Amino acid sequence: MAGYKPVAIQTYPVLGEKITQDTLYWNNYKTPVQIKEFGAVSKVDFSSQPPYNYAVTASSRIHIYGRYSQEPIKTFSRFKDTAYCATFRQDGRLLVAGSEDGGVQLFDISGRAPLRQFEGHTKAVHSVDFTADKYHVVSGADDYTVKLWDIPNSKEILTFKEHSDYVRCGCASKLNPDLFVTGSYDHTVKMFDARTNQSVISVEHGQPVESVLLFPSGGLLVSAGGRYVKVWDMLKGGQLLVSLKNHHKTVTCLCLSSSGQRLLSGSLDRKVKVYSTTSYKVVHSFDYTASILSLALAHEDETIVVGMTNGILSVKHRKSEAKKDSVPRRRRPAYRTFIKGKNYMKQQDDILINRPLKKHLELYDRDLKNFRISKALDRVLEPTCTIKTPEVTVSIIKELNRRGVLANALAGRDEKEISRVLNFLIRNLSQPRFAPVLINAAEIIIDIYLPVIGQSPVVDKKFLVLQGLVEKEIDYQRELLETLGMMDMLFATMTRKESTSVLQHNTSDGFLENNKIES
Amino acid sequence: MVEEEGIRVVRCGGSELNFRRAVFSADSKYIFCVSGDFIKVYSTATEECVHILQGHRNLVTGIQLNPSNHLQLYSCSADGTIKLWDYIDGILIKTFRVGCELHALFTLSCAEDSVFVMINKGKPDVFQLASVKLPKSSSQEIEAKELSFVLDYVNQSPKCIAFGNEGEYVAAVRDFYLSVYFFKKKTTTRFTLSSSRNKKHARNNFTCVACHPKEDCIATGHKDGKIRLWRNFDDEKKYTYTCLHWHHDLVMDLAFSVTGSSLLSGGRESVLVEWREAAEKNKEFLPRLGATIEHISVSPAGDLFCTSHSDNKITIIHRNLEASAVIQGLVKDRSIFTGLMIDPRTKALVLNGKPGHLQFYSLQSDKQLYNLDIIQQEYINDSGLIQIELTKAAFGCYGNWLATVEQRQEKETELELQMKIWMYNKKTQGFVLNTKVNMPHEDHITALCFCNAEKSESSTLVTASKDGHFKVWILTDDSDIYKKAVGWTCDFVGSYHKYQATNCCFSEDGSLLAVSFEEIVTIWDSETWELKCTFCQRAGKIRHLCFGRLTCSKYLLGVTENGILCCWNLLSCALEWSTKLNVRVMEPDPNSENIAAITQSSVGSDLFVFKPSEPRPLYIQKNICREEVLWGVFVPRDVPESFTSEAHQWLNRSQFYFLTKSQSLLTFSTQSPEEKLTPTSKQLLAEESLPTTPFYFLLGKHRQQQQNDKLNEALENELVQLPLTENIPAISELLRTPAHVLPSASFLCSMFVNSLLLSTETKSAEENPDDVDMEEEKESDDSDEENNFTEKIQDTNNTDLEEDIIHQLSKSEEKELKKFRKVDYSWIAAL
Repeated sequence: MAGYKPVAIQTYPVLGEKITQDTLYWNNYKTPVQIKEFGAVSKVDFSSQPPYNYAVTASSRIHIYGRYSQEPIKTFSRFKDTAYCATFRQDGRLLVAGSEDGGVQLFDISGRAPLRQFEGHTKAVHSVDFTADKYHVVSGADDYTVKLWDIPNSKEILTFKEHSDYVRCGCASKLNPDLFVTGSYDHTVKMFDARTNQSVISVEHGQPVESVLLFPSGGLLVSAGGRYVKVWDMLKGGQLLVSLKNHHKTVTCLCLSSSGQRLLSGSLDRKVKVYSTTSYKVVHSFDYTASILSLALAHEDETIVVGMTNGILSVKHRKSEAKKDSVPRRRRPAYRTFIKGKNYMKQQDDILINRPLKKHLELYDRDLKNFRISKALDRVLEPTCTIKTPEVTVSIIKELNRRGVLANALAGRDEKEISRVLNFLIRNLSQPRFAPVLINAAEIIIDIYLPVIGQSPVVDKKFLVLQGLVEKEIDYQRELLETLGMMDMLFATMTRKESTSVLQHNTSDGFLENNKIES
Repeated sequence: MVEEEGIRVVRCGGSELNFRRAVFSADSKYIFCVSGDFIKVYSTATEECVHILQGHRNLVTGIQLNPSNHLQLYSCSADGTIKLWDYIDGILIKTFRVGCELHALFTLSCAEDSVFVMINKGKPDVFQLASVKLPKSSSQEIEAKELSFVLDYVNQSPKCIAFGNEGEYVAAVRDFYLSVYFFKKKTTTRFTLSSSRNKKHARNNFTCVACHPKEDCIATGHKDGKIRLWRNFDDEKKYTYTCLHWHHDLVMDLAFSVTGSSLLSGGRESVLVEWREAAEKNKEFLPRLGATIEHISVSPAGDLFCTSHSDNKITIIHRNLEASAVIQGLVKDRSIFTGLMIDPRTKALVLNGKPGHLQFYSLQSDKQLYNLDIIQQEYINDSGLIQIELTKAAFGCYGNWLATVEQRQEKETELELQMKIWMYNKKTQGFVLNTKVNMPHEDHITALCFCNAEKSESSTLVTASKDGHFKVWILTDDSDIYKKAVGWTCDFVGSYHKYQATNCCFSEDGSLLAVSFEEIVTIWDSETWELKCTFCQRAGKIRHLCFGRLTCSKYLLGVTENGILCCWNLLSCALEWSTKLNVRVMEPDPNSENIAAITQSSVGSDLFVFKPSEPRPLYIQKNICREEVLWGVFVPRDVPESFTSEAHQWLNRSQFYFLTKSQSLLTFSTQSPEEKLTPTSKQLLAEESLPTTPFYFLLGKHRQQQQNDKLNEALENELVQLPLTENIPAISELLRTPAHVLPSASFLCSMFVNSLLLSTETKSAEENPDDVDMEEEKESDDSDEENNFTEKIQDTNNTDLEEDIIHQLSKSEEKELKKFRKVDYSWIAAL
């Protein structure tokens, strides 16, 4: 036999942002810590080794912050002019940075003075990176050249002069020590191989390239420039995989989440967008107060650091789960009470009879099952229910009406209870999705309590509010109807014009035919 | 088909199971219920119909077990006969002709040679209880005219008569009276309820009665929901009664358990109430039985109850109030809104079933396959309530989609409307709710149709409504990276001068949509949703609309309220022909060009079958039934027939079923009634009486063959005959039995080889007594049970046969037999 069927609660589509796994994940950060830097933050880079410090390049300084510190634990300030692109080596012990005067400087994290200075570029160096073997540095400069430096003897190994505009971004492969890509304002992204002295792949981005990123496998290349983020398949020789246009200003920085499943892009439109790397759909988006220049994610996505044009560094830490456990938990029954009898092994001749599953019913359903109608109505008129889930209350009222017992359930209430019902009506009567059910309920209430009206000032006041609400609603509906009528008239005139023109056309055709016949 | 007879209208299944109380067999293995002109025997364990006892020529009105032999069943019918059946074998044993219409049957164990029947003489509302003496005679047909009246002026329903305390008295109720007739004293006592004197508000009419099996106690049910327990009723002054009150509506039936310790009652609440020790506070409930309980019966063994419900269902309930089986027929107690449909997957007939459900009913096996819960709400069974009605349903895309519309209208302005679209889930083999649309239209939905074209890649659904619009719903893919989601959304809303849309229909290839707006038919292009053309005949509102099929796909047919059937040619956009026919039902055959139309006149309904291309009908049958035909449907045949004559050709590919106003499902058949009888029933029977093991089959058949061989030998003086291999039953049995029930090959091998050998006399002598002994044991068991009744029914076939075998045994064989009797055969039972 079928069991009790619970009341179907009408669900309404939730407006606004959908709650997905991703929104939950990316919203699970604390309120950002704001750190004021001296100038626009052009680069943020995390060390890949614990304790996961990060280097922030702003103006002529490079600050190194600890994970939770708001003060820099170290500062490199020996730049004559603006510093660019401070990048950690894979082991986190060396740091390289370019500068406006064309120099590339290599620092030891523990030291203060530069270990090496690579001189050779004639203009500002905006992009530097370590190669995968840790002993070379790649730099790209505004003199259109890309250079490869040797760290031990601080010599220039190779120079590539294939770009025809500023080289503003670059990235070395994490697997192959000889491969690296650079993006330039000449709209191209080129992949260079140190073994061949020339670029091996060149792709046309279409806009000045602001940022490039190689996937950890090296198979996919992401380039950002203009409003576009483009993904290229390098294994297919630089075929465009997908072109994303989700920002409405220039995209300035790219970053991969630590799992490699999500791609983040920051833009001058003050937004960071998160893409899925399987479908390349935007799954989440963050808003910031100023245009974003740089973006970095810590190990395991523990921290999101965003640098902006107004010199503010925004640091967001992930909420720690450990906090919840600190709340003293109520003592629960021991584990063995739950598994009691369940670990019994079936013998050969035993017949297993499962206890029927007990269906969980909501409290109001339990009341309705036992025909306690007033109690069920009371339960859904609790403030917690009426405010949070008014649709449940409305569904129960509808169900009571269907059972033909709504009048019984509403009758016999005292001042406090009836004002609770009236409050709910006042709050929700004008909502179009609830109106048909609630108007009926309001009519029943008025019918029931008409003889006792005037006995309680509180209830009378509520009735007056309800009356005002209904009058307002009627006026509103009338206005809407008027508007609709006006629009209908406009549409009617438009369609008539069309039809008359068709008619004219027909008549002219007719004339022509007549003429032909006459001739 | 060699010979073709005329086409007849036949009733096809779906008859009531809840007409009378069901009866259990003595061992509770079977349950019997009357079903139209038949008696059905169901197995209580498997819910399968084991036999259909056929033979009565009119409605069967009562069945009872033969009190002196529990393997026999009495039945009485409105054709004036009482028949005695052997239900295990499904054989009619005797027929007693009484001569007047019988309305109910009762048997008593103390009165072996007579039964009690209810007859109606004279006035239509006056019934009498009479006892009929059944004469003992060996002939098949016996006249039983010896009637003696017991009680006069009783109620028509057999629920209002009960025999109590091993047949000492009979209690009957009618209106406000309870009459008790004592057989020994031959006196009648009559009790009147006191409150019945002010007849204005009296609702305490008697509705049913039951008697305690052991004590002098009568339970009566009343219209106001009370149950009264009467005691000391042998004295007209000193009688007492106690009241039990739980039901809020009338008590439909009462039954005492076998020991009398508890009383069962049921009513419109569809709750079975068990009153323990007749006390108000000791009651147990079995709620949510689905529909009004009409009858309650108790098995003689006391382990099972059963309730018959108004939705044509029998629920078998275990002693501890747990429903154990449900025998469900075609649900027919409500009006059919959805019409008849065919599920393209199961070829089942689909129509409104239980409240809020769609039922899938197999026409071949006359059995409900399953119920699909559409409304998914707790059903409150109350008389004054306006329930949500399932008003429209349609299948689309080869049964992959099902669209349903439900509505509830309490007042003029308050219409609740909901459209649900269900997707067939291959994994669970059922329909799963996909999309729910609240208020798809402002007003009632009048028509619903899917585009079933083969090549269309997108699924399309069209709804037409009284609000003057028709809406086109399409399946859209709404998947994102988190989940796959397909749903239906509105694609186009069309209207025509604010007329109410009344019908909609897609052409066979799905390129055109016809929507009728009152008197006007509009044709829309299904690609662009452009209005292509309109047809208007000014002959009243369009009632039905359908496109021609196959070669006739250029025609559109419409039926108007004023009784005009029009056929428009879509190529020339002109009326092809029209005729004056008051068509009620118009159904196109999906497998041919034929269209069936059923017309309504004051005399009855007529059937016309025609092709749209020819105005001359292919086939006309006048007067298919007296009442109005509400719905019809063509059901594709699994195996096409090959009728050659012109009148029968339209039945080649499909069969036409129709439903009349009184909810009887009828069809057209070309076969004579004798052919219609199922031949399988006889065969099934023999296999039922013994445990059906393959070993039994092999031995049983083997023995029969040997008997034949023996006879042959006797006749033909040891003429050696080589049996043909296909004639050896052992082999054919081996080949016919499904592999998974066969014993291992090594076990069968020797038997198989033996069966191929020529049987010699010595071997048969060894084997024969074995078998006969088994038979003999059975026989003796039976006769123990039946109190030497076997001699009396020698005329039945199988006893004859067995007796013959016994006579043929020689002395030496009898010796052997005695030896074998000592051998333990309990393993047979274990098999």
